Amino acid sequence: MALLQISEPGQTPNPHERRIAVGIDLGTTHSLVAAVRSGAAECLPDDQGRVILPSVVRYLPDNKRQIGFEALANVAIDPLNTIASVKRLMGRGLNDIVNRDKLPYAFTASESGMVSLETVGGTKSPVEISAEILATLRYRAEDTFNDDLFGAVITVPAYFDDAQRQATKDAAQLAGINVLRLINEPTAAAIAYGLDNAAEGVYAIYDLGGGTFDISILRLTQGVFEVIATGGDSALGGDDFDRALADFISAETGYFPRTASEKAALLVEARRCKEALSTANSIAVQAINTTATGIFMLSKEQFVKATQHLTDKTMSAVKKALRDAKLAKEDIKGVVMVGGSTRMPHIQQAVADLFGKPPLTNVNPDEVVALGAAIQANQLAGNNGVGDLLLLDVIPLSLGIETMGGLAERIVPRNQTIPTAMAQDFTTYKDGQTALALHVVQGERDLVTDCRSLARFELRGIPPMAAGAAKIRVTFTVDADGLLSVAAKELGSGVESNIVVKPSYGLSDDQIATMLKDSFSTAQQDMKSRALIEARVDADRMVLATQSALDIDGHLLNTDEAGVIAASIAALLIAKEADDAAVVESATSDLAKATEAFAAMRMNSGIAKALAGKNIETI
Amino acid sequence: MNLQATDFELFEIPAQFAQNRSVLDAKWKDLQREAHPDKFAAQGAAAQRIAMQWSVRINEAYNRLKDPLKRATYLCELNGAPIEAHTNTSMPPAFMMMQIEWREALEEAGTAEELEKIEHQTANYKHEQLSKIEQFIDAKHDYAAAANEVRALMFVARFVGEIEARLDKM
Repeated sequence: MALLQISEPGQTPNPHERRIAVGIDLGTTHSLVAAVRSGAAECLPDDQGRVILPSVVRYLPDNKRQIGFEALANVAIDPLNTIASVKRLMGRGLNDIVNRDKLPYAFTASESGMVSLETVGGTKSPVEISAEILATLRYRAEDTFNDDLFGAVITVPAYFDDAQRQATKDAAQLAGINVLRLINEPTAAAIAYGLDNAAEGVYAIYDLGGGTFDISILRLTQGVFEVIATGGDSALGGDDFDRALADFISAETGYFPRTASEKAALLVEARRCKEALSTANSIAVQAINTTATGIFMLSKEQFVKATQHLTDKTMSAVKKALRDAKLAKEDIKGVVMVGGSTRMPHIQQAVADLFGKPPLTNVNPDEVVALGAAIQANQLAGNNGVGDLLLLDVIPLSLGIETMGGLAERIVPRNQTIPTAMAQDFTTYKDGQTALALHVVQGERDLVTDCRSLARFELRGIPPMAAGAAKIRVTFTVDADGLLSVAAKELGSGVESNIVVKPSYGLSDDQIATMLKDSFSTAQQDMKSRALIEARVDADRMVLATQSALDIDGHLLNTDEAGVIAASIAALLIAKEADDAAVVESATSDLAKATEAFAAMRMNSGIAKALAGKNIETI
Repeated sequence: MNLQATDFELFEIPAQFAQNRSVLDAKWKDLQREAHPDKFAAQGAAAQRIAMQWSVRINEAYNRLKDPLKRATYLCELNGAPIEAHTNTSMPPAFMMMQIEWREALEEAGTAEELEKIEHQTANYKHEQLSKIEQFIDAKHDYAAAANEVRALMFVARFVGEIEARLDKM
């Protein structure tokens, strides 16, 4: 056993070393949590030594639940209450769920149109179910380090739209996790692969998971991970191969499951056959309750053929991403295979055929995403000193607004590097029009009805003018998490309206607050003391951040400016001792305000430094 | 340095059309290394907000500088010859004829190969056009003449967009 370090009396251990930051891969089939320990990223095991947590939650009466392996064992026994692949439902409305009749769940829609599931434990939204999985991983990390979690980087499929990203962030919030950043799964994989193999050049990440498919093309240069283009399908993964195979078995044997249990059992069997066919050439299909057929032998060829349309779909996305990147397949130095579904030999073959070289399979396709997220989390938490890792990611789908005639006008095109802000001017349609209904959409299609609706809001109070005279500037801002906010302003009168896009299918802040109150993760705790603890943690974080900024760049301040900041720090340290969360929060925000100008100075000096460094090199 | 600096000032490069792409790429990454919000993730809301503003500004400048058409448009605007594509449609006369021919070819094209052939033709034209623009801006400082060529190129860009949309559907 490693020796534990104890600090000298009167000394606290370096605060930077105390920040527990993890990477979480919240997957369709299974989820993992990883952290950087003694310099290397590793996945954290549970108390039985297993790193994988099946993304399955089973609800039981009396507010009890099973999560992970225990729940997985009951998928076919208690299908209605045992929810698997909930990721496919994130940020989705009832009508978005394809193959609903083939899933064994009791679907219902919430007031906002968001899909929910009826279980013995009550109505559960996909966000709540995902939060159970995230909270389990959070506890695992906290038990491992015997400390509170500072924050987490959570991965999402690159092709997730705004609603799906927002739902993921909501789930993390519900699980009491401070989200340092949402990053894209293929980008996380590229970090882990790139750093491990000292890779330089243009690489493609082919990520076929349990429920989602991503293709990202990245340029790796000296610690910079620049995504050039990304594409995929957020509803295409191993699950679909299972389902296609189940359909094939039904068609061949004449056995069509009717009850929820039968449906679930057939899917479980299809998955077993799929996995077996990665190494075997044929497999006997079992557990089929049919008198008509005896043993049904399934061959590899039959499986490949029954799922050919899915393989082809991923290949079209790959070609499209190459076109978007303006690159030929010869420009790609290597294709890294990520996600458990890339174990299927015919997938590897298809990739090899397209690129004319065998794909890179030297990473653990299940763990690589969590490992990359852990590396980024460690850096974002400031554990890595001044990190030299830089991620320049893109938005996967265009963002726009509905114009007259139901057409979508693109404001931010896909594959734009984030963060970004882009604006477009619009005008009124009728004489004397005083309000504007703005409908925010995401997608590549021209018709609004073919795009995903993200939000609707109104700009009111436009002075009456002739049609076409008003000039309304709509600005879309996408932050480093890939989340959108929208502002509209009438330029003549200055009338403004802003919204952070809470997608139509997302949760309102009130809903989250209510859920937090009722939630498992906080049920044992007094809400008030939790708020106070969190406020104090935030205050500590702010003081630490300010002090480390002062250590590095304090010389930029004159005596007066430094005095104001010092006074704000002192005030916050006093306020922190109060028993009132509101007092602590207000002092924290005072310090934030007091350091705003300092932050701007630091940024200017940083930019100047970047340019100066370059000049010396070029001279 | 401030957020109001021109793209050229921000990247510390001469305000001209001819640019070296690898210099732009390197400057972009150097600037983002300093300004990206990831660098300030553990430093509170104020630092995050400022980082976001700068990072957005750097990406905006990079997008404009790396795209020859946007860069030419920007230079014309900075030098008092705005493009005003919506109201001003003056462009080289021979260009209109070629436009019509291309459009007919696009309508008749049925295969990916045919589409790619048209794409290739337009790429050649675009290349020639860009060297004309470079002449007008960098050598003659005739921004009004450059603006005419830019307008023609905007049509080409839209046309290429249509070809790509067709290819996407194949």
